[in-house]
Amino acid sequence: MKRGSIALFLVFVFRFSGLAFAQSIPEIPFDSTPNFLKLPDGLYMGEAAGVATNSKGHVFVYTRTGSPKVTIGTNRTFARSSARLFEFDQTGKYVREIGQGLYGFVFAHGVRVDRQDNIWVIDEGANMVIKFDPDGRVLMTLGRKPEALVVPARSSGEGEGGRGGRGGPPGAGVPGDNFNRPTDVAWDSAGNIFVADGYGNSRVAKFDKNGKFIKSWGQRGTEPGQFNLPHTIAVDAQNNVYVGDRENKRIQVFDNEGNFKTQIADAGAPYAICITPGPRQFLYTSNSNPSTTLDNGEIYKLTLDGKIVGKFGRAGKLLKEFGTVHAMDCHGENEIYVAETLNWRVQKLTLRPAQSN
Amino acid sequence: MNRALRFGLVAVLVFAAIPLFAQQNVPPRAKAFETAPDLPYDSVTNFLKLPQNLYLGEGIGVARNSKGHVFVFTRSGETRLFEFDQNGNYVREIGQGLYGFEMAHGVRVDSQDNIWAVDEGTNMVIKFSPEGRVLMTMGRREEAVEGVRATAAPGTPPPPAQPYRFNRPTDVTWDPAGSIYISDGYGNSRVAKYDKNGRFIKEVGTRGTQPGQMNTPHSITSDAKGNIYVADRGNRRIQVFDSDLNLIKIYDNVGAPWAVCISPGPHQYLYSSNSNPDNNDSRLMAVSGEVYKMELDGTIVGKFGKPGKQLGEFSTIHAIDCRNENELVVAEITAWRIQKIILKPQHVQTSSKAK
Repeated sequence: MKRGSIALFLVFVFRFSGLAFAQSIPEIPFDSTPNFLKLPDGLYMGEAAGVATNSKGHVFVYTRTGSPKVTIGTNRTFARSSARLFEFDQTGKYVREIGQGLYGFVFAHGVRVDRQDNIWVIDEGANMVIKFDPDGRVLMTLGRKPEALVVPARSSGEGEGGRGGRGGPPGAGVPGDNFNRPTDVAWDSAGNIFVADGYGNSRVAKFDKNGKFIKSWGQRGTEPGQFNLPHTIAVDAQNNVYVGDRENKRIQVFDNEGNFKTQIADAGAPYAICITPGPRQFLYTSNSNPSTTLDNGEIYKLTLDGKIVGKFGRAGKLLKEFGTVHAMDCHGENEIYVAETLNWRVQKLTLRPAQSN
Repeated sequence: MNRALRFGLVAVLVFAAIPLFAQQNVPPRAKAFETAPDLPYDSVTNFLKLPQNLYLGEGIGVARNSKGHVFVFTRSGETRLFEFDQNGNYVREIGQGLYGFEMAHGVRVDSQDNIWAVDEGTNMVIKFSPEGRVLMTMGRREEAVEGVRATAAPGTPPPPAQPYRFNRPTDVTWDPAGSIYISDGYGNSRVAKYDKNGRFIKEVGTRGTQPGQMNTPHSITSDAKGNIYVADRGNRRIQVFDSDLNLIKIYDNVGAPWAVCISPGPHQYLYSSNSNPDNNDSRLMAVSGEVYKMELDGTIVGKFGKPGKQLGEFSTIHAIDCRNENELVVAEITAWRIQKIILKPQHVQTSSKAK
């Protein structure tokens, strides 16, 4: 017993010293553009689940809006759209809606734009990843929306994503593009596709650029290479794969084949990550507040080898505060877009780091 | 179909078929009923003018802004929020297709003319600017993708309240500092206080009948001093708290307060509706349906109204706006309408002060 309590004490000291270290992380000054996105009259943002920019700086937002509709058929239940994809220009002016009434738009989770300006949507309700060309036409689909919705009874507790989840052990998933509540997508320099999958499965699935399944790795758990809610994913210029393993509060780094390389465990629960473009890349990760509190909420800037450079922001409802950052787009090292589920908005952030950074 | 869902649907149908008060005794008249003077009043004919093919559903929430514009939150085909001008002409719809609109419960307008909608279906309180843009959201709609929460069996105690989650909230009010007070509600039995930026400060209330406890806090309002008046409907009383949520007074003589409001100006009045329940039980209609006008200290000024479907009668008042003390606007559930009520000048008002 005594031995155990000493170990506990050591853990506590370690944690506490970690906290002390956290307090010495430099704050990065930043601004948020007031009323950045300008929606037309009568159009409303709901929960902003995904945000991404293209090469022109246009901003794409995938939002949970409207009323999620469940239709009771004679012997089955059908789910219909409550997710919408909006495009804005670089000044925040509304451009258009993409995919209105799309079969695969059920419950928004993410949107990303690839290097050819194709727009990729990840829908957690339809279990699909959908690739649009820059004009908004569907180019490719991954996964398939279930014909009929199995409306599950909510498990005990508060049922915020990832708490126990579903999909059964071990969460490795079916080999292929059969997703179970996927969360995010990223690509390497060859155009290979990496899907974080997700709430139900606990894996990363790799496809070639034509959507042919190559491999997947991971299962539910806490060991290296295991996941408890892979919620966000990014790839660096060396084709390493960074997975935000949200409920394990770590970012796992894999090589292009899914071999575990390292993990970053001192930047909180990664709800959203992104990697900046350019010759010197940085990794941003948001330790977002869960929707039940206004705690945490800070965003960390790290070098790719995991060293924390600085941090900024906190949870709240005002401008420059964050209501559960659910996605981030690193358009530039100092130009970050954040999508917030709690605050139903997207903020454009301009970082003003000291020159010494 | 999923088994749990099927069970849930069956349960909903069964409960819907049971009259709510079937086994409940008919309550007595409100204690103040016999002695409260009748206040003469009229109802304005066809006050709200809806465009062709636009329909009100149940009149759930009603509030006016500083210009006298009328905002109506209604359970229609979908829950919708409409704006009318001071003459009842239709202006526009706000929040069509909003993620936070599922089951209307209340709308209020603050001193800056921001419009606040309370939705008990999504467990959210949403603040709109006067232009109708979302400024702030409170609470969170549960994720549809997480599945269906089974209907709790009757008598099941609710889970503990959480600072930033509501359980079927009902209404909202503010103190002069802009702090936000939310009555919450059917599931929780509390009033939660937030600062003007939406940060949780404190709460009061658990389910029960003791002073400070609540049983369906259904409506909430505040006076110029920042005292908070909670319509504790299930306990048939109004509980008054200071702005630190200390209980200071209880008024238990005006029946079951479905809706409360306080008029502005140097001499404020409290209005409370002892509405006839919305289950169309004629035995209950016989002992309810009147609205009380009171001094803030609880002294009864008078009463008006009775249950019914005619103009000037009330079909379960669910909200009252009293931005003008002699010109009230009421929302009625079962008649699907909004009435503008003109209280006529009273020469007998002073006599009601005799206690």
